[in-house]
Amino acid sequence: MIDKSPLVEMDKGPSPVGVARRVAPTLSRPIKLRLAGVSKAFRSANGTTTLALQDINFEVREGEFVCILGPSGCGKTTLLNIIAGLDRAGCGDVLCNGRRVKGPGMDRIVMFQESVLFPWLTARKNIEIGLKSRGLSREARRVRAMDFLRLVHLTKFADAHPHELSGGMRQRVALARSLAMDPEILLMDEPFTALDAQTRWILHYELQNIWEKTGKTVVFVTHNIREAVCLADRVIVLSSRPGRIKREYKIDLPRPRDDGSVEVAALSREIMEILRDEIEKVMKEELDEGSCKECDVKCVGVTPDGRPSKTVGAG
Amino acid sequence: MVPRKTTLPKKGLALNPGGSGPAKAHTKKPTPWKNYLAKFGFYAGIVGIWELVCLLHIWPPHILPSPVSVAQTLYTGFEDKSLLIGIGVSMQRLVIGYSISVVLGVTIGLFLGRIKYLEHSLGSAVLGIQTLPSICWVPVATLWFGSGQVAIAFVVVIGSLFVIIISTQDGVKHIPPLLVKNARLLGIEGWRLYWEVILPGALPAIVTGMKLGWSFAWRSLMGAELLFATLGLGHLLNQGRVANDTSLLFAVMVVIVIIGLLVDHLIFATVERSIKRRWGLLVEEH
Repeated sequence: MIDKSPLVEMDKGPSPVGVARRVAPTLSRPIKLRLAGVSKAFRSANGTTTLALQDINFEVREGEFVCILGPSGCGKTTLLNIIAGLDRAGCGDVLCNGRRVKGPGMDRIVMFQESVLFPWLTARKNIEIGLKSRGLSREARRVRAMDFLRLVHLTKFADAHPHELSGGMRQRVALARSLAMDPEILLMDEPFTALDAQTRWILHYELQNIWEKTGKTVVFVTHNIREAVCLADRVIVLSSRPGRIKREYKIDLPRPRDDGSVEVAALSREIMEILRDEIEKVMKEELDEGSCKECDVKCVGVTPDGRPSKTVGAG
Repeated sequence: MVPRKTTLPKKGLALNPGGSGPAKAHTKKPTPWKNYLAKFGFYAGIVGIWELVCLLHIWPPHILPSPVSVAQTLYTGFEDKSLLIGIGVSMQRLVIGYSISVVLGVTIGLFLGRIKYLEHSLGSAVLGIQTLPSICWVPVATLWFGSGQVAIAFVVVIGSLFVIIISTQDGVKHIPPLLVKNARLLGIEGWRLYWEVILPGALPAIVTGMKLGWSFAWRSLMGAELLFATLGLGHLLNQGRVANDTSLLFAVMVVIVIIGLLVDHLIFATVERSIKRRWGLLVEEH
């Protein structure tokens, strides 16, 4: 399942920065990721079925930065895991580059909320260990790892172990590692949630910068509205359980954006109004433990060539 | 919550989120020489009292030898090389048995920690057999392998194997699942997963297991040598018993303790500390 294809632009010199951004309007770019009728149900220990995701449909085009926003417990992380191939959709299809996702693969790298650097390896080796899977020589791995450490301004800490780095630095190493793998899609699961506000603010800025330089396709999951508005081209708002797409927002604010700016605040406020209903619903549900009545969803997926695929039961 | 700033930082500025820089690595605190002095004083006191008791002739010397006679026996033992040979032979047996045990134990432990079925089947068997004192294997070992080197190696292996297996398995179980998940996302699979992620991830626990395993191996070896071996430190103990030579018994016991302490302090403690420091697990005590 692992894509062993050599990296594009791997040997084109030391710079990891290759793709010029904003050359073509988003809609004319090819579709990188497509979700069609994705649903997912969990069966709990006492036999009740909870629908976590219901009929999720969206597309992400090349170079797009999409944020999936939703209240906690709406299944955003489940959705990301399904895209990553770490979790299986109950029904529906996930297509990455036109191919159906069957398991984890190096074309979709996930950056998690907590740093998952290997504690026994230095920052540089943490990046190199992934590049080894790409079949790079020792020297090429080293060069590329240093390039990406430079991108996140951490060359000075190349030989430091994760426990010697601050939380923000660890996440930047994780970002460098994810980018160095040159995935088709970079999946980010609330990567800055565990950080303090100042660090997050700086990393938002850096991430925008890096994204503009590298032109990566990003799917970013968060519950933080400002974060979503600050980073995304498009924000997909999920409803509370079961997670459904509630609204989509296109964010056209100029970059780099500051998550404290007036424009971001105004848009965040608008989305907040929508989300408030959802949060209230979650709280109500928690109070009278309403179980799901709509668990027998009709499942319609699509095959890689776009036709509806056969129906399977949710769960 | 959200910092209210209207200006953006300059592009390309090297930033250091967290502000405080790297969490400073543990500062090493040297043991003050006073501690050593106190320790030395304690042991000197013990030896002094011991000598004093002997001088009082409460017990005859073949029951309680004086420190001086023990020191003399040690000296002659090293001079005529009988003690040296004993140490050499015992260490050789130990190293052979222990090496087999480490290789087997770590390998089995890694798989036990990863494969659910093995954990429930072989894992429970390991836990059961582990309760058996290794000396109980001596009769079986002599029947199966005679009273030669193979039997001794067998007892040493069986004495130290299980604790290494259990520690390794435990270490594997405690690797954060997200780390393994992430490794798979990075394309690390199959043997690479075991070699580059599972093994180093469990290494701190493995080293602890190896340390325990070493002391278990040492005990098993002494037991086996006492019962049926020729040469070796255990055999010397047996000789001392037969010859009614208590000072030889004491001398050999002192040697056994010193070897144990040296290996534990010089080798295992150092390795354990350096690994834990590198893994970021060390909480420096003050």
